[in-house]
Amino acid sequence: MLAAAALPLVAALLTLVATASAAAPKTSVTEIEGEVMCPICGTLLELSDSPQAQREKAYVAKLVAAGKSKAEIKDALVTQYGRSVLAQPKASGFDLSAYLVPLIAIVVAIVLLGFSVLRWRRTGSPPDGPTAGAPRGADAERLEADLSRYDL
Amino acid sequence: MLAVIGLLGFGLLSKGRAKIAVGDPVPDKVLPALPGPGRGSIAEHRGEWALVNLWASWCIPCRQEAPVLERFYRRNRAHNVTVIGIDVEDNRDDAVAFLHEHPTTYPQLRSVGDERSAAFGSSGVPENFLVDPEGRLALIWRGPVDEALLRRRVEPLIRGRARH
Repeated sequence: MLAAAALPLVAALLTLVATASAAAPKTSVTEIEGEVMCPICGTLLELSDSPQAQREKAYVAKLVAAGKSKAEIKDALVTQYGRSVLAQPKASGFDLSAYLVPLIAIVVAIVLLGFSVLRWRRTGSPPDGPTAGAPRGADAERLEADLSRYDL
Repeated sequence: MLAVIGLLGFGLLSKGRAKIAVGDPVPDKVLPALPGPGRGSIAEHRGEWALVNLWASWCIPCRQEAPVLERFYRRNRAHNVTVIGIDVEDNRDDAVAFLHEHPTTYPQLRSVGDERSAAFGSSGVPENFLVDPEGRLALIWRGPVDEALLRRRVEPLIRGRARH
């Protein structure tokens, strides 16, 4: 009898706990604002106070209060505002250089390294490196003169 | 090094925004309707004059402009003229709330992010584009419109064409 009466109470408590944990903030507005853009302003959301940024902040605050995770909030922002809301350059116009310049730099570095290795293998020694063996000619004479001055 | 400098130069010259001019075909795309359901496009209004209005809920001049556009629409609807609102750089809930606050009877579409703004070479909201019945741009007005401007600049274009 007692167990039967307690059953609805336990169920209600479990529901309450589940709801509370679902709505508990998993991230903060400040954290999100530091990682996403205000697309109109072209700055981080936390640095802008424009009307568009204020609406975006209110939207983020609503999602944080609903217990959404950081990834879920970013997905929702992309759905609403497009990919430019993420702090990533676009793959067009001037922003394209953000992707292409490092790529070109890597290719140029690989080509230069390849040429250097080929040259080093042909000559048998690293280019412009120190030459092995005893000094010859004028160098040998100067060495002898120096050594004779310090008669050890 | 020269390639890198060239790339940077090219990037600076092409900002990724379309350049459109009077006489060009209007940039168009099928978009979700606001508040929905359904979808729509400017092409569906081919054969009519269409005043395309880019707006956003956070845009303060758009609040004054919405009732002006609604009056223009009602005044000219019988003459084969429509207004098409495109909500840009906005979130849907705010856009729907804006339409509750400033009700319009003309078609409203929604563009995610700045995709449509970029297509129209837009630098802000509101901006207005008059499209002739053949789907070409007849007037580009980068800013809010008011009654005086609509009567002085837009309606003569529509009537002028209607006489031919």
